[in-house]
Parts: sequence; structure tokens; C-alpha cells
Amino acid sequence: MEMKSLYLWIALSPLIGAVIAGLFGKMVGRSGAHWVTIIGVAVSCLLSLYVFKAIVIDGADGFNGTVYTWLVSEGIHFEVGFLIDKLSVMMMVVVTFVSLMVHIYTVGYMRDDPGYQRFFSYISLFTFSMLILVMSNNFMQLFFGWEAVGLVSYLLIGFWYTRESAIYANLKAFLVNRVGDFGFLLGIAGVLMYFGTLDYATVFANVDKVDGKTMTILGSTPWSVLTVICILLFIGAMGKSAQVPLHVWLPDSMEGPTPISALIHAATMVTAGIFMVARMSPLFEMSETALSVVMVIGAITALFMGFLGLIQNDIKRVIAYSTLSQLGYMTVALGASAYAAGIFHLMTHAFFKALLFLGAGSVIIAMHHVQDIRQMGGLRKYMPITWITFLIGSLALIGTPGFAGFYSKDSIIEAVQLSTLPGHQFAYFAVLAGVLVTALYSFRLYFLVFHGKERMDEHTRAHLHETPWVVTLPLILLAIPSVFIGAYYVGSMAFGNFFGDAIFVLPQHNVLGELAREFHGAWPMAIHAFSTAPFWLALSGVVIAYYLYMVNTALPAKIQARVQFLYTLLDNKYYFDRFNEIFFAGGSRGIGRLLWQTGDAKLIDGMIINGTARTVGWVSGVVRRVQTGYLYHYAFAMILGLMFLLATYVLGWI
Amino acid sequence: MFADWPLLSLVIWVPVFGGLLVLATGGDKNAPEARMLALIVAVVSFLLSIPLYTNFQMHTSNMQFVELHPWIETFKVNYHLGVDGISMPLILLTTFMTVLVIIAGWEVIQFKAAQYMAAFLIMEGLMNGVFASLDAALFYVFWEAMLIPMFIVIGVWGGPNRVYATIKFFLYTFFGSVFMLIALLYLFFHTGSFSILEFQKLPLALDVQKMIFLAFLVAFAVKIPMWPVHTWLPDAHVEAPTGGSVILAAIMLKLGAYGFLRFSLPITPDASHAYDGLMITLSLIAVVYIGFVALAQQDMKKLIAYSSISHMGFVTLGFFIIWSIATNTGSYKGAVMGIEGAMVQMISHGFISGAMFLCVGVMYDRMHTRMIKDYGGVVNSMPTFAAFMVLFAMANAGLPGTSGFVGEFIVILTAFKANFWIAFLAAITLILGAAYTLWMVKRVIFGEVTNEAVRSLKDINRREFFILAILAITVLFFGLYPAPLLNVMDASVSNLVHHVTISKLK
Repeated sequence: MEMKSLYLWIALSPLIGAVIAGLFGKMVGRSGAHWVTIIGVAVSCLLSLYVFKAIVIDGADGFNGTVYTWLVSEGIHFEVGFLIDKLSVMMMVVVTFVSLMVHIYTVGYMRDDPGYQRFFSYISLFTFSMLILVMSNNFMQLFFGWEAVGLVSYLLIGFWYTRESAIYANLKAFLVNRVGDFGFLLGIAGVLMYFGTLDYATVFANVDKVDGKTMTILGSTPWSVLTVICILLFIGAMGKSAQVPLHVWLPDSMEGPTPISALIHAATMVTAGIFMVARMSPLFEMSETALSVVMVIGAITALFMGFLGLIQNDIKRVIAYSTLSQLGYMTVALGASAYAAGIFHLMTHAFFKALLFLGAGSVIIAMHHVQDIRQMGGLRKYMPITWITFLIGSLALIGTPGFAGFYSKDSIIEAVQLSTLPGHQFAYFAVLAGVLVTALYSFRLYFLVFHGKERMDEHTRAHLHETPWVVTLPLILLAIPSVFIGAYYVGSMAFGNFFGDAIFVLPQHNVLGELAREFHGAWPMAIHAFSTAPFWLALSGVVIAYYLYMVNTALPAKIQARVQFLYTLLDNKYYFDRFNEIFFAGGSRGIGRLLWQTGDAKLIDGMIINGTARTVGWVSGVVRRVQTGYLYHYAFAMILGLMFLLATYVLGWI
Repeated sequence: MFADWPLLSLVIWVPVFGGLLVLATGGDKNAPEARMLALIVAVVSFLLSIPLYTNFQMHTSNMQFVELHPWIETFKVNYHLGVDGISMPLILLTTFMTVLVIIAGWEVIQFKAAQYMAAFLIMEGLMNGVFASLDAALFYVFWEAMLIPMFIVIGVWGGPNRVYATIKFFLYTFFGSVFMLIALLYLFFHTGSFSILEFQKLPLALDVQKMIFLAFLVAFAVKIPMWPVHTWLPDAHVEAPTGGSVILAAIMLKLGAYGFLRFSLPITPDASHAYDGLMITLSLIAVVYIGFVALAQQDMKKLIAYSSISHMGFVTLGFFIIWSIATNTGSYKGAVMGIEGAMVQMISHGFISGAMFLCVGVMYDRMHTRMIKDYGGVVNSMPTFAAFMVLFAMANAGLPGTSGFVGEFIVILTAFKANFWIAFLAAITLILGAAYTLWMVKRVIFGEVTNEAVRSLKDINRREFFILAILAITVLFFGLYPAPLLNVMDASVSNLVHHVTISKLK
């Protein structure tokens, strides 16, 4: 088969499944819907693995070509096409694999839902959109995929559309993402203006021609064009990848069904921003200002969102804040020019975070849709598979040496340490402190759910049992890479030349290259870790969690009472939501009303339009009164007029 | 086979005379025959317009399908028709939308059905006349005559406050037209003909150009409408029956924009340049100010009406950033793209706003209210309808993959070349457009069912499904593959830009 048609099948087979399940859901029935979508995604996943093998293992050439021309205007071609290199093929494998797991899992999770076919249609449509995004060879198609995943995210967060909280959350998610897309689109416009094309390869090849050009935005201060473009593009990434202050939609997105929290809001879509910046590395490398911004924003997100995970009581929200924090880690890596480490963490995180979410979903099924961890406890003995896999996921997340998360996170931390860009000290502190926080919230969750006193009611306890195989199988299949994939790929992905030409790093920014000199294999790296700060921070996080939630369980409440103001601050999520609600949402509605009622109704209609009408009416009223119909009135008027004319003549005015 | 047919005359007069024929069926006892006849006329007109596309020569900017006959020889008025890549797509849009409007009014209009159908057919012919006229006098006749059926549609089948709305509509547009007439007469006296193509060649002093530009501006700004002469539109939409709103939004608003391309820019290029700052400012006010106003609306039709004004801001923005691009980048490269983006926005807005008004019509027919607060949870009783509504709402918010994205995207891309802040303000529509459209969807479509009336709603029937499905396919097609649309207009727009960038000063 020709490679191009192979790539087309990878993208289109989930779309075919989505269309059949969505438009003909009644016809194909429930099992028809899940079979057609699962087969579609499975085909896509197998073909992606085949391409992965061909390109990464056998060293075959990639592909960069057009599928069709979207439009041509003034000689500029806007095209739909594929760029298949090591970066995109890795993303394709991650996306389709996690998606396949989630598809299978959904058979169990959504078993009793009336919107069964619709759900399968949406997640397959998502897979298609995400593939379009990662396989794109130009900015236009990137934006297509970018917004398409946003659309599906909107539809899935609001999947249970009768819930007020769900339809509030999906509107919020879409709008916050649109704020990001606003910047993103301007960035794309900048690329078109200065490069004259939207094709990646041509743009990257001409970076040095634009490097050094300046533009003015405010006043006469010159801005480097590339800095402006990169920051605008990064605003898009901040929306999609939920970086402060555009992070506010992600926790609320947990209103959607759990499978999509795993797929979209943890493993794939939210990492689109990370992928995009890595893809744009030839641009970002030219702007230290932009890199610095990226690093600081990432660091803020990594640390401060982690804190919020400490006080959440909803099982999904703890994991959601953990996702925010981990996205912050990836962003910091990008800012430190350790793109490969960021993408590496993206990959390992996709596996273990999908695992954690699906594990949480398994718990939620068993608990009959109770999500409050204060009503859980001791689930270990009722659901052994969920327990073991969840523990594996947590260990990977906190960076236990040897697990997948350890390799990716440790590479990031060490890379940041070597960075010299403004803000690197803060970033290093944030990612280091974040390790303690991560361990603390992860194991707080773990202990409260799986150990200790069984706090659920009698009825729930009587019905507790392990979930069916369609749920546990994906957990097991995700647990395997969560353990091993880090050790397997750290040498090539983080410190080797896995991505080849797909990622570009300037020699003076090459922190990973520096680290690679001290890298002697995965195993020595794990051993060495026992003597480094991150390990001890993580361990103390686990120990503190154990003490607080297993030994001295009364203590957390006392601490909370002591630092009430801090708790209030965290409980209100630093007041971001309140501020946005009042300032942006309320403000816009207020401006709208003001402009409408004062501008349109009072000024334009009231004074000018109806005012004109009234004036005309008034004048005609006066004029009408003059025409009385009495002859002597007219005669009198004529005489007055005549006298006036005479007077002007006599007085010499004419 | 169509090569020697007078296609343009046919797409003008078949609907007009067909409409008169429908009118002849008389009272409501013959309504079924009247409807069927109207549908046949509309479909035939649409079929007649298709060869305009299939036989169109893409690579020339010359007028095609030209018909030229003397009409009033004393004043050198000719019956002169012809289309280029700018007007041809608009004629297709008109014939296409009219078919849908006839079907949409099928069983909804029970009162004077024949007259209703006839009004739309006659209006269709007259609007095609506006787009096809190359003679200014002929253009003016069609331009004014077209108002009458619309006036009647709103006045007879409109809502409770229809008298205020029709008078406001008529006075506004008539007021604008009078200035245009003066400008046309001036041009007639200086060229000795009413040929629009001759007007375009006439050199004029800057002061004269400015006067003519302003006279045209009044006429076209009212039609589009541009801020601050837009307030007739929400009132007209609210009172108009669904079909009236569809035609108003889909086609009538485009007449103003078309006027800029056919008259203002080519006849008074130097004045257009002199006033481009004003035009850009008014366009951006339309995008941002009206976007905020749309957010505050409680009536769905008003909301969509304001959304229309905001979207039309992109059209005028795309037309008038030519010179800013040249000032900022030192070349006119990008100007063609801006106008093409604006043109795509015009066509796409025709489909999307038409579809949005049809959606509101579907709900209004069942609930007899347009207020957002009377709805909530419609998806529970009308799932198929809800799917369409969400699709069109997304298209209205400019989602990639729908036609709503194409025009906005291209205009924002070119606006960046003109000035960062123009692009910045224009791009705010990404947020505002999504906010007002999806907030409405949230309150109307999603949520718990809040009242009994909504609970007992029936989902769309086959007729409604057909109309919305056709529009959905169209919106998606042009979103995924807009190239055919741009290929048609490319030669004409390039020629226009070339013409506009050459000074006509004496």
C-alpha cells in the first residue's frame, strides 16, 4: 500500500466509526456502535504501530505531503497534508493506543447510559481530530485539529446535558479555550505575514530570514517578530494545555464521563499545547524571551496547581489538579529547551494518568457513582486489580525510581537545573517542591481510597466488587507501559537522538545534550536517584501522607483549622473562578447591556432615528397649524411678506 | 446546450412571472396548488442558475453571459446584464436560498399562502436583477423594487409590532437609496451613459470622488448594515416571518456589500483610500461593539440579527484594508486575499444565518415565542433538531470545518498584515462569537426541561429535516473544501484590486 493512503486510513478509520455510530446509531444498535468504533480505532492503532516500527525502528523515511488543497488565494496555498516524522508517529501511537483502551473501557463504564452510541461516536470523532492535529504539516490544519478537539471536548464535557454543572463547565471550557485560540490565530497570522506560507517545512527553513526582524505594537518599542509570534502561539498552548491563568476550565471538565477525563483531559488533548510548542521548536529556539515566559508559566502551573490537589475531596478532581501540575512540568521542560524531555513526559504521563483516571472510574463504578473520597476507604480487598494498577499509576506519577514517570520527570528537573534563561531559579525550585506536593496528594488519595477505615454506607459496602474485565483489562494494559516505558525509552528519547530533525535545539540551549554525557543507562540512573533530592522529597511526601491519613487521622483537620486562611485560599482555587465570573463574564454582559440599552436604544434609536422622526412630526405639526384655511390669514401673511420685501428694498439691503 | 440561452434574463424573469402566476391562483382554497407551483418555479430558477457556474470561465475577469439591449434610448438606458466572479456566486446563493424558503413556509403559512410564496419568488427575481445589472438605471430599478415585496412580507405576515418595523426598514433603506440615486445621476451626466463599467473608467477629482463615495456609503451602509445605521435590522428581523428573516439575512444584507465592490471601490478608489480609516473603524465597531450587544439579547432572533451585523463587519473590513496593508508592508499583496475572505464570509453567512433563523423558526412554530427564557432543555424532546442547532451554532461561532471559519480566518490573516491591532480587535470575535452563540445554545437547547410546553415538543418533521440537512451539508462542504468558491472569484477580485490600486484622479 502506498504510504499516503496508509496515513489516510490511520486518520479516517476512526472518523468512519464515528459517523456510523453517530448518524446511524439507532440502526447499528449499541453493540454495533461499540464494535464499529473499536474496530476503527484498532485499525488506526495497528497501522500507527506499523508506521512507528517502520520509521523509528527500521529507520524508514518520514513523509511530508499534501492530501488536498483546501483553498488557494493570491497564490498562497492552504493545504491539508501530513507530516509524518518521529515526533508525530510517537504521538499517533500514544493517541490511538490510549484511545483504544478507553474505547474498550467505555463498553463497561457506559453500559447503562442511554447515550451509548453518541458517546462512542464522540470519542471516535475525537480520535480523528487529534490525529489530524498531530499529523498536520501546516499551521492551518493544526488549527483545524486544535479547534476540532475543542469541539469534541465541549460535546463530551456536556455529555450529560441535563446537568447544569455539566453545561456550565462545557461552555466555560470552550470559551477559555477560545481565549487561547484567539492568541493562537494571531500567531498564525503573524507566521503567514512574515513567512508567506503556513507550511511547517518552509517556515522552519526560513527562520533565519525572519530572525532579527522587528515590529512595533505599542508606541515605538521594537519587538522581535519571532518573540511576538511565539508568545501568541504559546497563548494557544496555554488554553489547550491549561496553563495558568487559562487553566480554569480543566478541573470543571471533570463533569464529563470518566473515560473522556482519561482520554481527552489527561492523556491526549491537553497535551496538544506541549506537542505544538515542541513542533515549533525552530521558532521558539530563536526567542529567549518567549522561552523564558514559557518556563515561568509552566513553573507556576506545576507548583501552584499541585497545592490545590492537596485539599480536593472528589477523586477525579485530585487527579485533575495533578494533571494540571504535570502539564506544568512539561511546559517547564519546553521553556528550558528540553523539548524532548517534555514530550517524553507527555508520553509516560499519557499512560499513567490514563491509568489513574480509568482506575478512578473503576472505583466510581464500584461505589455507585460516589466520587467523594471521604466516603471511601479500604477498597483494596474488594477490588484487587484496580488497587494494584492504581498503586502502580501513583508510583509512576510521583517518580519512584525505575517507574516510567521517574525517568521523564527526573530528566525535566535536571534539565531545568542547567537552564540559564531568566526565571530558571524559580522554575527549578517549583519543579523540585512540586515533587513533594505530588507525592503528598497522590498518596493522600491512595490511602484514603484503598486503605484505612471503610467509610461508605452499608448498602454500598455490600455491593462492592471488582469491575468487569472490559474495565480491568485496559487498566492492566496501561499499567505495563506505566512501569516499563520510561526505562526503555529514556536513553533514546530524553538523552538520545530519538526525534532527529523533528526537534531543533540551539547548541547554547542544549541542556539535554549536556545531561546525556552523564547518562550511562536507565538502571544506573535509577540507582543514582536514591542519592538525589527528588527521591527524598517524594519519599517524605509518601511518609507524610501515611502519617496524616493512616496513623494520626485527626491531625489534618487540626492543621486545617490552624491555617484557615490558607485553606480558604486553596479552597477557592486562588479566586480565579470568582474573578473571571465577576470581571470577564459579568463585565462582558454588563458592557453588552450598556451598549445595547444606552448606545443602540437611547442614543441611536432614541435621539437620532426616533428623534428625527419626532422632529419631522413636530415641524409638520407647526407647519400644519399655519395652514388654517382662513383666507384672511393668508392675506395677512401676504401683506407681511410684501412689507418685508419693500422694507429691504427701501433700506437698501438688496 | 445553455450556451445561447439568455440565462440571466431567465433567472430574473422566471421567478418574477412565476410569482405572478402563483399570485393568480388566488385565495387560500387553492393553497396546495399555489405551493406546488411556487416550488416548481423556485426549483426551475435554481436549475437555471446552475449553468451560470458550470459554464463560467474561471480565468477571466470579463463580464460573462452578457445581454445588451437598448431600453430607454433617450437616456441611453440599456437592458444590460452580465456577471463576473463577484456577482455569480451571489445569484446562486439567491436561487438556492429561495428554494429552501419556499419549502420552509410550506405548511407554516396558512394565511394568504399564494401571496406569501409569490412575494418571495418576485423578490428572488428582483434580487437576481440587482446582481446581474450592468446598467445603473436598471440596477436602481431592481434595487428599489426589491424593497416592496420585503416590505409586504414583513407587513402582512409579520409579528405584532410589524408596522413600526416595516416603516423603520423602509425609511432607512429608502433614505439611503436617494443618495445613491444622486450619485448615479452625477455619474450619468459626466459619462453620458448609465453603464456601470463606464462609470468605473471615469476619472474624477478627489472632492467629487469623496462626495460620490459618501453618497454610496449611506446607501450601502444601511443595507449591510454598518454601525450606527444598523438599528432597523433587529427590529425588522424580530417582526419578519421566518422566510423573511432568512432572505433578509442571507441575501439582502449582501446587496450592500456587493455595492461596495461594484460601485464604491472601483468608481471612487481614491476616496475609498481617503476614507479607509473610517471604514475600518466602523467595521471593527461592528465586530466588537455589536458582539457585546449580541451577548445581552434575550430574544433569539435579535441575537442572531446582531450576530449578523457583527459578521458583516468582517466583510467591510476585508474590503477596506487594502491600503493599510500597502502602508504597513509596502506592497498590495494580501489585498486580494482580504476581499476574497470577505466574499466567502458573505456567502457563508448566507447559509449560516439562514440556517439559524430557520432553527428559530422551527421552535417558534411550535412554541410561539422567541424569548430565550421560555426555553431550556429542548434537546430532551427534540434531539435531532438539537444536533442541527448545535452544528449551526458552531458554524456561527466560526468553527473550522464549517464555512463560517473560512472567511473570518482569511480576513484575520490579512488584517494582521495591515496592523496588529486591527487583527487583534477582529479576532475578539473568536471569543465573543462563541460566547453569545453558545450561551444561547446552553440556555435554549441544553439543561433540564423547565416547562411543560418544552417537554411536549415534537422533533422536526421530514420537511424541516430536509431543509436543515441540505444547509448542514452545504456548511460542512464549504468548510472542508472552500477552493471551488475561491477559484470562481479569483480572477475578478484580482482585477478589481488591480483597478482600485490605480489612482483615478484627474
